[in-house]
Amino acid sequence: MASPSTRGQRRTATLLLSPFFVLFAVVTLAPLLYAAWLSLFTTETSGLGFGGTESVFSGLGNYAEAMADPQFRDGFLVIAAYCAIYIPVMIGGALALALLLDTGLAKARSFFQLALFLPHAVPGLIAALIWVYLYTPGLSPVIDLLRSGGIDISFLSADNAVFSAANIAVWEWMGYNMVIFYAALQAVPRETLDAAKVDGAGAIRTALSIKVPMIRPSIALAVLFTVIGSIQLFTEPKVIYSASSAIGSTWTPNMYVQTAAFQNNDFGLAAAASLLIALFAAVLSFVVTRISRRGSKL
Amino acid sequence: MTQSSTIDPEAPAAASPPASAPAPRPAKCRRSPKPPSVLLSKAGVTALLGLATLYTLLPLTWLLLSSTKSREDLFGTNGFALGDEIHLAENLDQLFAADGGVYLRWVINTVEYAGIGALLASLFSVAAGYAFDKLAFPGKERLFSLVLLGVMVPGTAMAIPLYLLAAEAGVVNTFWSVFVPGLVFPFGVYLARVFSAAYVPDEVLEAARMDGAGEFKTFCRIALPMMAPGFVTIFLFQFTQIWNSFFLPLVMLSDKELYPVNLGLYVWYSSALSQGHPEDYLLAVVGSLVSVVPLIVVFLMLQRFWKSGMTAGAVK
Repeated sequence: MASPSTRGQRRTATLLLSPFFVLFAVVTLAPLLYAAWLSLFTTETSGLGFGGTESVFSGLGNYAEAMADPQFRDGFLVIAAYCAIYIPVMIGGALALALLLDTGLAKARSFFQLALFLPHAVPGLIAALIWVYLYTPGLSPVIDLLRSGGIDISFLSADNAVFSAANIAVWEWMGYNMVIFYAALQAVPRETLDAAKVDGAGAIRTALSIKVPMIRPSIALAVLFTVIGSIQLFTEPKVIYSASSAIGSTWTPNMYVQTAAFQNNDFGLAAAASLLIALFAAVLSFVVTRISRRGSKL
Repeated sequence: MTQSSTIDPEAPAAASPPASAPAPRPAKCRRSPKPPSVLLSKAGVTALLGLATLYTLLPLTWLLLSSTKSREDLFGTNGFALGDEIHLAENLDQLFAADGGVYLRWVINTVEYAGIGALLASLFSVAAGYAFDKLAFPGKERLFSLVLLGVMVPGTAMAIPLYLLAAEAGVVNTFWSVFVPGLVFPFGVYLARVFSAAYVPDEVLEAARMDGAGEFKTFCRIALPMMAPGFVTIFLFQFTQIWNSFFLPLVMLSDKELYPVNLGLYVWYSSALSQGHPEDYLLAVVGSLVSVVPLIVVFLMLQRFWKSGMTAGAVK
C-alpha cells in the first residue's frame, strides 16, 4: 500500500513538523499540564509559620476559591466594561475610516493609511507611558485644552480608569484593523457597487447595506481577535497602576494572577486562575467563531 | 482555509462571482455624481481622516518633543511644543551612560529575543505549514486542530504556567526562559499553511517528484524560496509580538542584565514614580523614543509584507 513516495512524504512531514511540535509540547502543553497539576494543591503553613510550608492536595479547591473571590470576578467585570467601550469604538472607528478611504474621495490615501497605522508599531508599554503623561493633571496639554473648552475630565480617577485604558487600546489597534477592513473593501466586486449605483443608492446607503455586509467575515474575525486580546489586558493597566491609585493590583484577571503568584506566593491559586482565564478565552473564541459562521450563512 | 484571495468563500452571493486572484484588486476611483452631503465631499472626507490622523500622531509628537527637552522643560513646558532649549544630545548621552550603560545591553537582548527568536519561529512555522498543506500523512487534521488550540490559548495566560514549569526546571531568570517561548507561534503555522497553498503550485511539486527529487530537498530548494514573502510576513508578526511582550519577562527575569527594553523602561518608569527619581522618568521617555524609531522604520520599509499578512489572516 505505502509506495516509496508516500513513505518519503511521511518521513519529510515528521522532519518538518518536529521542531514546531517538540517546542509546542515544551512551552505550551507541558506548562498547561504542570499548572493543572499544581492547581490541585494548596500550600499550608505548619507550626505557626516556623515549621515551613507543606503542599496539601485540595482537589478543585483553588478553582472554587478563585471563582468565589470577588476580586477575581470583578476583574472579569472590568474586562466586560472595557470591551463594551473598546470594541464598538475601535471596530466602529476602524470601519468608518476604511469606508472613508474606500469612497476614493480623499487625497493622499496612502499617507493616511500609514499615519493611522503608525501607533501599532509602538509597543503597548510605551503607548501606555505616553498616554499616562497625557492623562496626568498639571502636565497634560490635552487636559489644559479640554479645560479651556469647558470640559473637566480626570482621566486617572477610578470612574474613568476603564475609559482611559480603552483609549490606549483604541489608539494602538484602530489603524491596524482599518488596514484589514480597507483591503477587504477593495475586494468587493465592482459590478455589485455599480448595480447599486444604477439602482440609485447613495454613498452612505451603499456603504451600510452592501459594503459592510460583504466584509462581515473580516469584521467578525477582528472582533474575535480583539476579544481574545482584551481578556489578556495587563500591560496598560499595569502602567496606569504605577501612576495612579485609581486601579488596584487585581484590576484585571491577569493582574490578579500576578498578585496571587508574587505578592501572596499562592502558586496553586495563580495556576488555577491562569487556567480559568485560558479556558474562558478558548470557549469565548469558539463561541464567537460559531456565531460568525452562522451569521455569514444567512 | 486554503483560499488564497481576500474574498471570503461564504460571503453573500455577489452579482457575479469574484475572480480569486491572490492579491486584492488595485484601488478604484469611485465617485458618486452628486455628493449627498458636505461630509462626503472631497474636503469633508479628507478633513475627517485628518482629524483621526491628529489623534494617532499627536501622542507620537509628544514623545518626539519630550525627548528633546531638559527635565525642567519636560515638566514645565507645553507637551505639544518645543522646550526652551534642545537637550536631545545630552539626553541621549545620559540614556546610554545610565546604570553603567545598561540600556544598550537591553537593546541587544531585545534584538536577540525578538530578532533571532522570530527568525527561528518563522522557519519552524513555515516548515510545519508546508507539511500541513502539501504532504500526506496520517492524523493531519487532528494535529492541525492542536495548532488551532494553540492559537486560541491567550499568550499571557501562559506566563504563570511557564514560570511554574521553569521554576521547577531551575531555569527561571535565564536568557532561555524568555527566548524559548518565543520560538513557538501557532498562528504562524496557520498563516504558513495559507501561504503555501497560495504561493506553491502543486504542479511544481509534481514535476520535482517526477524528476526524482527527495521531498525534503524539494522543500528546501523549491518551496522555501517560493514562500519567502510569507516567511517575512510571519517573521514580522512574531517579531512585534516578542518585542511587545511584557508579562513573561516581568515574571521570569530579575537580573537587569537580561531585561528586554520594555521591561527596563518599565522599571525606570516605576522607580521615577514610586521612589522619587524624576531623572529616571526622562530616561524612560528618551529610551522609548530610541526603541520606537527602528520599529517604525522597519514597518515603513516592509509595508507590503505586513499588509499581505494581515489580509491573509482575515481569510477563514
